[in-house]
Amino acid sequence: MTSESKPYSGKQPDGTPLPAGGPNPPRSPDPETPGTKEGAPVGESLARDAWRRLSQNRAAMASLGLLLAIIVVCIVGPWLLPWGLAEVDWNAFGTGPTLEGAHYLGTDANGRDLLTRVLYGGRVSLSVALVASFVSLVIGVLYGAISGYLGGRVDNYMMRFVDIMYSLPFMFLVILLMVVFGRNIFLIYAAIGAVEWLDMARIVRGQTLALKRREFIEAAHALGVRDTKIVTRHLIPNAIGPVIIYVTLTVPKVILLESFLSFLGLGVQEPLTSWGVLISEGVDMMESAPWMLLVPSFFLAATLFCLNFLGDGLRDALDPRTR
Amino acid sequence: MISKHHKMMSRYLLAALGGIALGAMAVPAQAFTVDIANGAEPGSLDPQKTSGVWETRITRALFERLVTYAADGSLVPGLAEHWEISDDGKQYTFHLRDAEWSDGEPITADDAVFALRRVLEPAIANQNANLYYPIVNARAINAGEKSPDTLGVEAVDAHTLRIRLTQPTAWFLQALAMTEASPLPEHVLANADDGWIKPGDTVSSGVFTLSQWQPQSRIVVTRNPHYYDADQVSVDEAVFYPIDDANAALNRFRTGEMDIAYSSVPSSRFAWARENLGDALRVGPLTAEYFYMFNLHDGQPLADRRVREALNLAVRRDVITDQILGQGQTPSFWYVPRNTANAPRGDLDFADMTMDERMARAKALMQEAGYGPDHPLRLRLNYNTLEDHKKIAVAVAAMWKPLGVEVELINSEAAVHYATIREGNFEVARYGMVATINDPFDFLNAYADNGSASQSSGYHDADYDALVAKSTRELDPQKRRQLMTRAQQRLLDGYALLPLYDYVSVHLVSPAIQGWEINPMDVHPLRYLQESEQ
Amino acid sequence: MLIYTLKRLLQAIPTLLIVITISFFLMRVAPGGPFDGERQLPPEIEANLMAAYHLDEPLPMQYLRYMGNLLQGDFGPSFKYKDFSVTELIMQGFPVSLEIGGLAILLALIVGLPLGIAAALKRNSTVDYMVMGTALTGIAVPNFVIAPIFALVFGVLLGWLPAGGWNGGALPNLVLPVVALSIQQIAYIARMMRASMIEVLGSHFIRTARAKGLNEGEVIWRHAIRPALLPVMSYLGPAIAGIITGSVVIEQIFGIPGIGRYFVQGALNRDYTLVMGTVVFYGVLIVLMNLIVDLLYSALDPQIRYDD
Repeated sequence: MTSESKPYSGKQPDGTPLPAGGPNPPRSPDPETPGTKEGAPVGESLARDAWRRLSQNRAAMASLGLLLAIIVVCIVGPWLLPWGLAEVDWNAFGTGPTLEGAHYLGTDANGRDLLTRVLYGGRVSLSVALVASFVSLVIGVLYGAISGYLGGRVDNYMMRFVDIMYSLPFMFLVILLMVVFGRNIFLIYAAIGAVEWLDMARIVRGQTLALKRREFIEAAHALGVRDTKIVTRHLIPNAIGPVIIYVTLTVPKVILLESFLSFLGLGVQEPLTSWGVLISEGVDMMESAPWMLLVPSFFLAATLFCLNFLGDGLRDALDPRTR
Repeated sequence: MISKHHKMMSRYLLAALGGIALGAMAVPAQAFTVDIANGAEPGSLDPQKTSGVWETRITRALFERLVTYAADGSLVPGLAEHWEISDDGKQYTFHLRDAEWSDGEPITADDAVFALRRVLEPAIANQNANLYYPIVNARAINAGEKSPDTLGVEAVDAHTLRIRLTQPTAWFLQALAMTEASPLPEHVLANADDGWIKPGDTVSSGVFTLSQWQPQSRIVVTRNPHYYDADQVSVDEAVFYPIDDANAALNRFRTGEMDIAYSSVPSSRFAWARENLGDALRVGPLTAEYFYMFNLHDGQPLADRRVREALNLAVRRDVITDQILGQGQTPSFWYVPRNTANAPRGDLDFADMTMDERMARAKALMQEAGYGPDHPLRLRLNYNTLEDHKKIAVAVAAMWKPLGVEVELINSEAAVHYATIREGNFEVARYGMVATINDPFDFLNAYADNGSASQSSGYHDADYDALVAKSTRELDPQKRRQLMTRAQQRLLDGYALLPLYDYVSVHLVSPAIQGWEINPMDVHPLRYLQESEQ
Repeated sequence: MLIYTLKRLLQAIPTLLIVITISFFLMRVAPGGPFDGERQLPPEIEANLMAAYHLDEPLPMQYLRYMGNLLQGDFGPSFKYKDFSVTELIMQGFPVSLEIGGLAILLALIVGLPLGIAAALKRNSTVDYMVMGTALTGIAVPNFVIAPIFALVFGVLLGWLPAGGWNGGALPNLVLPVVALSIQQIAYIARMMRASMIEVLGSHFIRTARAKGLNEGEVIWRHAIRPALLPVMSYLGPAIAGIITGSVVIEQIFGIPGIGRYFVQGALNRDYTLVMGTVVFYGVLIVLMNLIVDLLYSALDPQIRYDD
């Protein structure tokens, strides 16, 4: 799947040539006239087309597979393992991986089975990452696209609101949410989502500002396409590339932010744990009990690597310009 | 032939070399500087606005008190050469030595009077002011009801200070050793209160003066030539680094950058440190107690004494001290740390039972109280954010499980945790009490009427209060200890709290330093430090 | 553009006022106060403390008092560090954070941008995979793991560099914190630049440029880089503001006297005045950086205008 010689020699990543038909057709077919016309390209749904292209990207598919495997293991694994989340093995405080006592990956400083805790922690980290990233994605993309598209005074006020949100002291925001909503894992999602959408909004707004003067947008204007359709079916899909990449960068931020909050007593409460919390516990024991650091780090790194390749693959698959 | 020019040049050269040689001899041998990892940035260096050990280490070096600490932590004369206590214990007369401030002004009894009045001023809001309440009118002054000059302290003459107490108080001398009681330069403070502590400008009475203060970076104190015992002091300069991450401090001790590192061995690294750092590791008992405070107010599940006893029975303190902490802490079955001066005796009555017997009794008690597997007791266990607190809480929760207790662990950041305790919004809360004076009074008083622990936990016992008050007035140490033992036993018999362990202090001291001694109050005056023979 | 810039700067004032007001009341809602510490205070002493700091006044009064001082430029003394004013603390700590953060960003740009560009140009080649793989470690390994490892390995075990401390900004003390801080940023910048370059290189006006017969170098450097920088800039604006105000983790582990720790510790200590000082300071930086980025947008892409 390599084309080392000349970049952009008119081939798709897998070597098949680009369709003929002139420079840069817009992503979606003319929305006012669906269905085929003579000589016009057959309209394929975005999702189907994207999936087809994604499935041809081997690294992305392997990553998707591994990611799903990790998710399944985190959900199902704890039911299959003998030790509970909070169960203390009084004979095994901080011991290494061993077969006897069924501590396959060792125990933590409180005598609890590490593998079990890593899997439970995975449930927390993955769900926080999923929900918070999704929330920040949806809110950020919509907010940024609307702000950039409408421009002028509306854009100004919307962006000043973003400035204000950036400046507020985050920790107090979390504390306030805790006072109002109690100790709830959804609270973490809310708090993190409330912070992460800001970056996304600014990125999308920047893209939108650049895109809205392009010819195909002006053409859509001229054809009388409604604003909402322009934003949702023309602007956003064309801005999506860096957005996807940024989502893959948001996930690790979210996971670590959650661990930071938990560490301060503002996040998940014992006995629940998360990868970030396990890793920070492990750092302390780096020299004496390295498995406490290595096991959760490995799971986190594997997840992030997969997300990375999947993200690249998605970006390629959704890129309108390399059809 | 050497030209005239050359001759002159060589003469100049010789003169120059001679001058350099002389200069080199005049420069002192390498200064003895001690680099100290001090834990945290001081909130202030005003001795009446500080309370933490990381602050008092520095203020103690800058300001001398009437009585001070020797290297082993015992009380010795400071600015007061000698003193007399009246037979009824209500009058103290101190005779000050000839000493001067670092700006040359003499230190007089007026400075001591000024300081004691100031520490009780409401505007200063000193957190240990209650330790000076025994002085006549002190309490009223602190509440703003009387003016500071009515305080029972007077300067009979420039070198004689008289203090009158409302009642005899056994530990009063200890209170005068605290930095809050340091005489202060009246001639400086009468004019400007704020901002009088600035490097290079601060007028101090102690072994050192403040020469540099870069917030969050370093505090440098240099030897004070005006100190009355300056010629006995070896240290030329001490640098305090506010390193709040214990691992970072440990690293910088290992590289040799730090000579002394206070509280720099996290429990997770202790075993490693014991094996690899040898003599540098200094561990000693500390006058501080780690316990779980119970909420005994009416309506609380723990208002039932049987439950409190059961919870106490089920906790294996040795697992906590040996397996989780492993630094040599002493499992505690009492309240006042054993190594406190004149500590009361006595302990919880099950210290001799086997674990099986204890668990059996505990389960029986819980059943009596109406709890069991079908009717579990739901408890909240609050602790503030620290790795060790979490580990201990997890272990205790697991130990209570067989009793049918379901524990919800609540980790809060410190401000919230202590606010929660203050508001009484808890069932079981982790608490650590550190002695400010080397006397059981501090601990016992907390559970006496109007004491902080009494208010938070709802423990009210008139007999206990009476015993504590009586023991304070009793000047004979033996009789006093008996009274305090009786008082503490009431507390323990009622299972008012769950003691876990007596703290230890864990510090790192380079073998290049001598004169640093372990002592229960954990005070290590810089003036006794010396360089080891290399 | 000049008028636009001036308008934006003027708008910064009401923006900051709103931030200050919301933050003020937000902080007071949090349970616990500056004096809730391990040593529980007798009630009289607690009353004294609250009075000394005006915390017993009704909240709106405290707000007005604070705003009154603020408008005269007085941020007040820190609750926790009683011998210093908030202004002094920030003025002493910021240059330190700025130096470390600024160098880290510089390093990240110097390393990350070319890496991202190279990876995009040689897409799906070994160069690409290697670059992305290395960048990934910067993302997958949190800095509270990297920093202690650096300190331990380079500081203690190998002894090549100081294990911590600021030492007046001496060069050996800068290396580890700057590198540890920059690793994550290199990863972010490289990834975003790569994705962005790929987008741009496939766009029609690049084809046009090629069709016009321009050589590859010109195409890339004169036509592709600028629009590709756009999303990277969007990310960098607030990111720079965040980094130059200090990373809590880096400052704590390496003992750097910056202002990063004030953002976290200030909140934990309920040091209201210090937190407000940092909020205002950070708010000013955010407003400035976002303005600069917006101006750069139109420099990078002349089609972007703000005068609708």
